Amino acid sequence: MPANQPDLVADLLAGKHRALARAITKIEDRNDGYRDIVSALYPHTGQADVIGITGSPGSGKSTLVDKLASQYRERGLTVGVIAVDPSSPFTGGAVLGDRIRMASTATDMDVFFRSMSARGSLGGLSTATADAVKALDAFGKDKVIIETVGAGQNEVDIVKTADTVAVLVPPSSGDDVQMLKAGILEIGDVFVVNKADLDGANKTVTELRNMLDLRDPDDDTDWSPEITETVAERGTGVTDLLDVFDAHTTWLDESGRRTEKRRTRYAEELRTLLRADANEVLEAELADRGGVDELVARIDSGATTPYEVAADVLDPIRDALRED
Amino acid sequence: MSEDSTRNVRCLVAKVGLDGHDRGAHVITRAFRDAGFEVIYSGLHKAPDEIVQAAVQEDVDVLGISILSGAHNTLVPKIIEGLAEYDAAEDTLVIVGGIIPDEDRADLEAAGVDAIFGPGTPMADTISFIESNAPHRD
Repeated sequence: MPANQPDLVADLLAGKHRALARAITKIEDRNDGYRDIVSALYPHTGQADVIGITGSPGSGKSTLVDKLASQYRERGLTVGVIAVDPSSPFTGGAVLGDRIRMASTATDMDVFFRSMSARGSLGGLSTATADAVKALDAFGKDKVIIETVGAGQNEVDIVKTADTVAVLVPPSSGDDVQMLKAGILEIGDVFVVNKADLDGANKTVTELRNMLDLRDPDDDTDWSPEITETVAERGTGVTDLLDVFDAHTTWLDESGRRTEKRRTRYAEELRTLLRADANEVLEAELADRGGVDELVARIDSGATTPYEVAADVLDPIRDALRED
Repeated sequence: MSEDSTRNVRCLVAKVGLDGHDRGAHVITRAFRDAGFEVIYSGLHKAPDEIVQAAVQEDVDVLGISILSGAHNTLVPKIIEGLAEYDAAEDTLVIVGGIIPDEDRADLEAAGVDAIFGPGTPMADTISFIESNAPHRD
């Protein structure tokens, strides 16, 4: 561990913005020593309410996040925001544009806004996001908002790390409600029909209600997803939305689901870490055996099969584990 | 290196003060993106404090200030002083693009600007300057 790491953690816990920013960079880059940082931060987490905001591009997520942040500030709460944007798979380059919408809280350092690109997706974007949330939590933020484009499984995984998930649905286009079928309907605690002043908002609310009613509630103690209407640009409905968030938070505590969720999350985190680490061990082993290309050439020539190679690589490891 | 550590240059392209000309900033933002940088664009009419806030929170390697209003002598040093307050001035590469008269250059450089790129600078020059001068962190 580089010598400056304990300082970084101490500075972060002491409330230094620079240290928080740098810690998130290390987390995002999977930099050497980031694990020690996250480990050191762990005991200081668990205080923040984490809210995930997702929805199709153009549904108004960034504008809503801006209004949410300023409402929380009015209530005297501090806010952290992680906004995830896609990056080019070819150059790795990205334009991270969500920050432009954060006009209501400009120059207020108690709103810590951080843009992240999806470049790390191979190394587990959801893990990096979850770790960045921990840094904001340990820093002492009351509310942490994760904003992401609801476009794929990766994004679904990210918002799943939140305590409360809001899915934004723009009015009128049946296609957007269609999109919800792809796994997002199940994760929403709140559905926000944003831009509710536009034509078709009522229809969208009705469609949503029908789809949600089709869901079979397992039992009465389950949270039944709410639908709220907002016009984020004007701040309309934002207070109602915050009330729903608060109600969900209360329900999490009273139903014991918060504990349950936390345990599920820890289990997933642990599994993800172990998988990543085990994978690394295996990659190193493959390299020692001449690399994947070499093995593939042998498979290709018919000398062996992927199954044989896999057994060949793994059997000694299994034996070693058994001896312990 | 234990994991696939990835590092793209992070850059804030900032428009500061009463200056509504952002075509250049847009062109640069796209060129930086295509060069593989992660670019955060500030939007128009930002106060120096807002630029500082964004640069610190986003932990950028490079701060590119685009300024065409002529107010660079007051606004640019203000931003750099703000960065210094958060201990972020030293390892942020600060570059200025726009119309800067020759006689102002020395003062800006003394204030902490690392490079000034006037009109007509080839994009490739700016990008290669950043690639060879962006701070290496670990």
